[in-house]
Amino acid sequence: MEQERHSYRVNHLAQLESEAIFILRETAAQFEKPALLFSGGKDSIVMAHLARKAFYPARIPFPLVHVDTGHNFEETIQYRDDYVAELHAELVVGLVQDSIDQGRVQEEKGPFASRNALQTVTLLDTIEDNHYDACLGGGRRDEEKARAKERFFSHRDDFGQWDPKNQRPELWNIFNGRKHHGEHFRVFPLSNWTEMDVWQYIKAEKIPLPSLYFSHKRDVVHRNGALLALSDVVVPQEGEEIERDAVVRFRTIGDMTCTGAVYSEASHMDAIIQEVATARQTERGTRADDKRSETAMEDRKKEGYF
Amino acid sequence: MSHTDIPYDEGYLDMDLLRFTTAGSVDDGKSTLIGRLLYDSKNTFEDQIEAVEATSRKRGDENVNLALLTDGLRAEREQGITIDVAYRYFATPKRKFIIADTPGHIQYTRNMVTGASTANLAIVLVDARTGVIEQTCRHAFIANLLRIRHVILAVNKMDLVDHKQEAFDRIVEDFKTFASRLNNIVDITPIPISALHGDNVVVKSEKMSWYEGPTMLYQLENVYIGSDHNHVDARFPVQWVIRPHSDEHHDFRGYAGRVAGGVFKPGDDVVVQPSGFTTKIKSIETLDGPVDEAFAPLSFTMTLEDEIDISRGDMIAKPNNPPEKGQEIEAMICWFSETTQLQPRGKYYLRHTTKEVKAVVEEVRYKVNINTLHKIEDDQTFTLNEIGRITLRTSAPLHYDSYRRNRQTGSFVLIDVQSNETVAAGMIM
Repeated sequence: MEQERHSYRVNHLAQLESEAIFILRETAAQFEKPALLFSGGKDSIVMAHLARKAFYPARIPFPLVHVDTGHNFEETIQYRDDYVAELHAELVVGLVQDSIDQGRVQEEKGPFASRNALQTVTLLDTIEDNHYDACLGGGRRDEEKARAKERFFSHRDDFGQWDPKNQRPELWNIFNGRKHHGEHFRVFPLSNWTEMDVWQYIKAEKIPLPSLYFSHKRDVVHRNGALLALSDVVVPQEGEEIERDAVVRFRTIGDMTCTGAVYSEASHMDAIIQEVATARQTERGTRADDKRSETAMEDRKKEGYF
Repeated sequence: MSHTDIPYDEGYLDMDLLRFTTAGSVDDGKSTLIGRLLYDSKNTFEDQIEAVEATSRKRGDENVNLALLTDGLRAEREQGITIDVAYRYFATPKRKFIIADTPGHIQYTRNMVTGASTANLAIVLVDARTGVIEQTCRHAFIANLLRIRHVILAVNKMDLVDHKQEAFDRIVEDFKTFASRLNNIVDITPIPISALHGDNVVVKSEKMSWYEGPTMLYQLENVYIGSDHNHVDARFPVQWVIRPHSDEHHDFRGYAGRVAGGVFKPGDDVVVQPSGFTTKIKSIETLDGPVDEAFAPLSFTMTLEDEIDISRGDMIAKPNNPPEKGQEIEAMICWFSETTQLQPRGKYYLRHTTKEVKAVVEEVRYKVNINTLHKIEDDQTFTLNEIGRITLRTSAPLHYDSYRRNRQTGSFVLIDVQSNETVAAGMIM
């Protein structure tokens, strides 16, 4: 043991953790009013956990911000409220319903309507109303090809837009968060993590997750190759196949109208890691929002999506 | 990751991490190589392969074009080029890899410098038909400048020179002749490959039996990188001061940061710069409880025996081995801005570790022609991608090490005071 200790070997999870903590502290130090975007998904849960580590024994020095489409799983909202209470953190909720009521956005019509795209407006309004100058997000570069070129400190102009051709180079440990009035940053501490790293870290740190991530029985409808959970906002249409008590779990958690479940018996952490290790489809393969076009994510990011 | 044939076990929680960068000219097959590496090591997913197959068909490509696996943005696909540094991830049971994939165009030196700044290893790609060209030398020069110790010389497209050993040997010799002038590169591993057909990338080639060295993946999995951090000179740049003001931790005052070098233990004598006050480490704290040592590159929070005024940007070190201190900084820089030039007497913000000061350019010593390594001494301005040596004077002393000794405490960036853009990367001599 003694010899191993003095080889100063640092494994991949410890390196990723240290890097993320460094980024979280840089964000607190370089910005006047940062916020952590919290969706109740595993990436944002890991990020909140890292923020707790970064500032221990002090509280997390910025609020958790949730953009709520109103179409979230009940479990997500319950988890969010419990976790925020445990962290003694401040929670700010931006409601897509408010944006609709104020006429800021128009709700999509028809049986396949989703509020996913509307979130961007609510997000940008919430940022502006609260004067946040940096928003920490759980985005990872391995998620989607448009994210592979994202920076840790991602500069947004005063319209919230991302310009992939004009990003600040990031070298060593040095992050440039200087900005003009009205501009803000998105910050991605988990940039270098993969889906597997996130799951391994959750296991290693024993972080509790919403039950949606584990195998359970649920009524689902088959729609465009995805399995959507039946609910008030996902109503089966004529000709669509409904499956009762399907044994499923979710690989990602988002809006109910566009987050597909996968068939899975994985009911505990080791089984999930095993499943991720042998998965044949990318994680976002279950997301209907990325399937709208080949460059769907790139287009949404330019507009100011998470 | 999709390792269908590799059983999952607890070892997965404890892998090494290797960061590498790839450099090659436009048509050297770099994207194909990375695609091949991901594909043959089973780090691609069905939906990704299906998308690539569909696009290959649409474009009328003869084979499935693995390069498409790494094509990111629409503008790039339309123009068939790579705009910026892209980061890719894959893992084998031994190691997790982070690839900084940098484009090879002449004008993108800046991107290679960026990708190289965090890399342990560089893959320099050469076309077996054209051999070592100016760009190859530039890539090796940058790897060396950024202090990358390990280089894989990947001689690609061996299938187009009939897999002949002579072609390979000649290129290796040319490269080693050039690289003998580059002191930071401690090992060069030449590998003959065909990224298109997969020879010697993950699977050993049957067409080059004369080659007895490792495949590329084997080398990536096994190269020893343990000594790449400095564990000798203790350096702790203070990032953030933690004061909970809670009942439970009423008097707690902790200094948070990421260790940039050396080892810190409770009871150690330390000196805090710039004040120069000395004290002892009281404890090293984490959420999981106190620990008995802190070393690079981990993040910790330190408490000290005495209450002294310490803020972000200060440097905690050991009194018997302090960092250099000075306001005249000699450095090699690479100029990053497309819209402005470095001017003699120009003023910038300088960011070094967690500290920011103002800096003025006192003197341009020389610029380097990075294709010939010749010095250019009569040109005083730097434009995009130019590299050279300058002297800066800072508004307050920096506590630094030479870049050769420590990549974290020896590096800085310059920021334009008007636009806030990062305009240069600097390595202290």
